[in-house]
Amino acid sequence: MIVDLIEFLRHRLKRVIQVCCAILALLVGFDVLLLDKEKAHTAAENMWGFWALFGFVSCVVIIFVSKWFGKLGITRREDYYDQ
Amino acid sequence: MINNLWLHPGLILLAGALFLPLVKGRLFRPYLLLVPLLAFVTVLQMPQGVFGVFPFLEWDLTFGRVDRLSLVFAYIMTLMCIIGTLYGLHVDNPFEMAAAWIYVAGSLGVIFAGDFLVLFLFWEVMAFSSVFLVWFRDRPESVWAGFRYLLVHAAGGLVLLAGIVLLYHATGDLGFHQLDVTGPTFPVYLILIGFILNAAVPPLHAWLPDAYGEATVSGAVFMCAFTTKTAVYALARGFAGMEILIPLGVVMALYGVVYAVLENDARRLLAYHIISQVGYMVAGVGIGTELAINGACAHAFAHILYKGLLFMGVGSVLYMTGKSRFTDLGGLYSRMPRAFVFTLIGGLSISAFPLFSGFVSKSMIVAAGFDDHLYWAAFLLTVASAGTFLHTGLKVPYFIWFGKNNCSYQTWKKAEDPPMHMQLAMGIAAFLCIFIGVYTPYLYDMLPYAVAYDPYTAYHVTESMQILLFTALGFFIFLKKLTPEPGISLDMDWFYRMGGRVFKLGAQKGMDYLSSRAQQFLGEALPRRLNRFSQSGPARLSLLLIRPFWYLTGVTVKGTDGAEQRFTDNFNRSLFTIGSSAVFILLMLMVLLFFIT
Repeated sequence: MIVDLIEFLRHRLKRVIQVCCAILALLVGFDVLLLDKEKAHTAAENMWGFWALFGFVSCVVIIFVSKWFGKLGITRREDYYDQ
Repeated sequence: MINNLWLHPGLILLAGALFLPLVKGRLFRPYLLLVPLLAFVTVLQMPQGVFGVFPFLEWDLTFGRVDRLSLVFAYIMTLMCIIGTLYGLHVDNPFEMAAAWIYVAGSLGVIFAGDFLVLFLFWEVMAFSSVFLVWFRDRPESVWAGFRYLLVHAAGGLVLLAGIVLLYHATGDLGFHQLDVTGPTFPVYLILIGFILNAAVPPLHAWLPDAYGEATVSGAVFMCAFTTKTAVYALARGFAGMEILIPLGVVMALYGVVYAVLENDARRLLAYHIISQVGYMVAGVGIGTELAINGACAHAFAHILYKGLLFMGVGSVLYMTGKSRFTDLGGLYSRMPRAFVFTLIGGLSISAFPLFSGFVSKSMIVAAGFDDHLYWAAFLLTVASAGTFLHTGLKVPYFIWFGKNNCSYQTWKKAEDPPMHMQLAMGIAAFLCIFIGVYTPYLYDMLPYAVAYDPYTAYHVTESMQILLFTALGFFIFLKKLTPEPGISLDMDWFYRMGGRVFKLGAQKGMDYLSSRAQQFLGEALPRRLNRFSQSGPARLSLLLIRPFWYLTGVTVKGTDGAEQRFTDNFNRSLFTIGSSAVFILLMLMVLLFFIT
């Protein structure tokens, strides 16, 4: 049953991606148009789609900073300690 | 006499572990389930108060201080013990489960301890029993990882003990309660170091991925739940509001995320995310408000379940295929669909998706940060939560069950959903993860303070969904960057893994030098001198006496045919030697006697 569902979605990958993009757009749209921002903790959060940008930038920063960090000599061959 | 009626749930597990190797045959598996169940029921029925006080020397040792803070931890730990035991039901080695139970008993002992002596006792029980969960993996690597684990925890235990002794010396009080965090003294810092080592705060954290990555499949499920969360309890009890814990917690949360990007082994990745998640709890304890302490406890509660679930899911892949590295796995969704769904539920819970457990617990700590105007801490913790979803919610499921299929023919053939008892254990944990997220009073009513917090506001839900879904967008855009590569990441354990080698080399070189010098002096120079002394001593003494007469008579003394050479030659051959030797020995004896008397 689970496998069938996954295969069903995989065969319609293009449609799945379209739906996901639509969800992202809807989410930002809701944030911009409807959301009551009274509960915001800081002034910056009143910006349109602040948390969407925050999430995306965080993700990118984490990926690139970590990869850069690994290249500083942190990542080694698997048998490093066996030599 | 209520004291005598109070039964320590840890005692049930200890006694259960003691008799476990004796239980054979058909009774073995029912017995395995019965003992943790009994412990759980004992906790459920436990009244609050102080129990189990035993006088020992000049102290009263308190084994049972029961209040809301200890009860919430005891509840989730005994519950996790049931789930973990159910998951490990296939293990035939009775000593593995016995070690796990003693380990849980150690945790419970710490949680109910009313004074530092009892706390220390159980603290050590935890370290020395859990190490067997690493050793029972039976690989050469796990033996070494176990020894490193033990070494680090023994060192941490000693620091803790030093702190306890000094604190007792200074205050005369052994009671384990809130310590002075506004003007901490040296002993308080020592105790703090002992605690945060077990909480895996960098730079004292490397034992965690090192040992958990090497532990047995079911052993890791136990280990991921107890050591760090017991430390969180101890911090919440003794160090609430200690400000240094806030930056430490934030660093932890980000540190684990960064290392998780680099990690190729799924269980080590999860281990780094323990560090990251415990960072939230440590920061919560540091903030120290009622909301923050509630958040730390709630997050510990939720964490034990979802992290256990994740280790069970990835552990079941390891159990079935023998592989845990992403570069050996991939595309398994058609082979292990249920393990995938359970792991995904764990991943969504740890990522704080709405309707999953992390959402109602993690957000309490972040909200407490915002409430206290600690904006930098709150924002950085939010960055870390994006990283959590990136790895545990997306990377782990994607690169094991989807992505490029790196499976060998054997791996692919062996991969299928794990035995029923494993699925059942995962099912219970998964159900609880969702139940906590959906029905908040279940968890909130158990917390130490009354909860006036509501995670399900429109703003908070939208905020979380935006962060998570746009993190997912980033994941799929940079998927190529995130493809795991074979390799390991150096961490703080380098210092004691390679530092040991440097020490060994230094010691070897130093010892070689010392040994050669000793050989030169004791083995060569000294015997040579002694030998010469006893061999030619009499002759030289006689020469000393006779030489002035030769000079007076004008004989050639030096040279190859001089009087001295002739005398020595004669001396070695004649009977005179014996007589002169006797005189020489007599002289020596007199000298000796003179010095002795």
